Amino acid sequence: MLSGKKVIAIGERDGVPGAVIAECLEGAGLEVVFQATECFV
Amino acid sequence: MNGSIRPTRIGIEGVFYSLAHAPDLVRFGSKPAREIAAHPELGAALKSKLRSFSAAVAYAPHQVYIGNITPKELSGLPMPWYEKLIEGATAQGPFGDLVDQEWLYSMLRAADQFELVTLEEAWFNDRGPARRDGRKARLQPLDGIQALCDKGALPLFSGARLTGAFAAAHAEDANLSADVLLENLAAKVTAAHALRSVLAGLRTDPSDIDYVISCSEEAVGDRYNRGGGNLAKAIAEEAGCENAGGSDTKAFCAGPLYAMVHGASLIQSGVCRKVAVVAGGSLAKLGMKFESHLKNGMPVLEDVLGSFAVLLGPPKDGEPCMRLDSAAFHPVRAGASPQAMAELLAETPLARFDMKLTDVDRYGVELHNPEITVPSGSGDVPLTNYRTLAALAVMRGQIQKNQMADFVKSRGMVGYAPTQGHIPSAIVYLGHALNALRGGEIKNALLIAKGSLFLGRMTQLSDGCSFLVEMNGN
Repeated sequence: MLSGKKVIAIGERDGVPGAVIAECLEGAGLEVVFQATECFV
Repeated sequence: MNGSIRPTRIGIEGVFYSLAHAPDLVRFGSKPAREIAAHPELGAALKSKLRSFSAAVAYAPHQVYIGNITPKELSGLPMPWYEKLIEGATAQGPFGDLVDQEWLYSMLRAADQFELVTLEEAWFNDRGPARRDGRKARLQPLDGIQALCDKGALPLFSGARLTGAFAAAHAEDANLSADVLLENLAAKVTAAHALRSVLAGLRTDPSDIDYVISCSEEAVGDRYNRGGGNLAKAIAEEAGCENAGGSDTKAFCAGPLYAMVHGASLIQSGVCRKVAVVAGGSLAKLGMKFESHLKNGMPVLEDVLGSFAVLLGPPKDGEPCMRLDSAAFHPVRAGASPQAMAELLAETPLARFDMKLTDVDRYGVELHNPEITVPSGSGDVPLTNYRTLAALAVMRGQIQKNQMADFVKSRGMVGYAPTQGHIPSAIVYLGHALNALRGGEIKNALLIAKGSLFLGRMTQLSDGCSFLVEMNGN
């Protein structure tokens, strides 16, 4: 269902890093077009 | 604890925290400045939700910050704290204070060595002789102040009244623009106030300080030396530490704990006897989440500049100290997941002494005030960090899963620090930790700070630093 979809992954410093989200999504067949980790505090 | 280890301890002589209330500088915070430029109507909305100084003083998290209320007592107070103000609250606490915007403007003026600050003469003269300390004031009538602002100086307001102007130091160098220099000078004066205050409280002569380390986050320098730094030396000068050298230690929010380790190392090595670790407030972060606060009908809570100063010295019997030999750093090879951070910054230092996570009585982590962060969707940062530590304790079989909430409650605390980056990052708990250690409430605390290196776009790495504090003689 998700295969081939394009996604943007934004991670959070005190939560899940963007790179980790991206790796999981790529493993599920999605194309990560941008990933970043931000700090919102 | 491993009895064969000879502890390396450095004395923590004292700490002082300050909050400078700066409602009329919120508009110069990075987020408000950008949003108001794009949507001018937000300026009036922001202004309508700024707090008075008395409301900022009576705000319970601020009372925790300066030591009049403990974090434990705060967790029992009804929310929203911005509505349930503390009756009879004072601006002075056992290890901190709040100062008002008028004080801040006066200090900016007094610390200005480059003709950046000009104050409106009637306003200045109304303030009286107490405000005439420091260097000779640059004064102008109101129309002169307005003319400076028309030429690009930042207007300094006191409510609706234009009371001053802050000028750029160079017409072309973006690093010497008025907004950058206002950030830098605000960091300098707030840090110097914290340093002067900790020394006064300890009856320590400023001339006895050998070295000052600043972990403020501002980039001081011109276009050829952006971030070149040594704000520490400027702070030391402003605080009268005439014999001190100094330098900056920066690592985003982890900076203060690194600075503590560096300062302690200077003492342990015999290079210095007394080292002050200081940081000034982050003006860029004022009003960072103001839109969420406005949407929720809340006052704009990010209206204070936080600062602190810690004095380190040789260890004294029966006094609090930091365990320099417990210091842990996040290495390049390490991952950045919450679990990896907790393993490296909590388990690693404890393992050196055969200690478990449950051998630590209190953890100081990122102690951001959740009332500021939750409305914007940033969550309850300290709670997230404490749950990670508790989950790690479960994974290691040190507690049962159904004991996680107890772990969080007994070894953690509610956040109370303003979102000033380096200020909430564990160091903010040191004052309460010293009191709890001296009072026998806890036998140790582990301070853990994290830094977001990826924000500078030089690396994807995270960062962190941690160490234990305890009583000397244990």
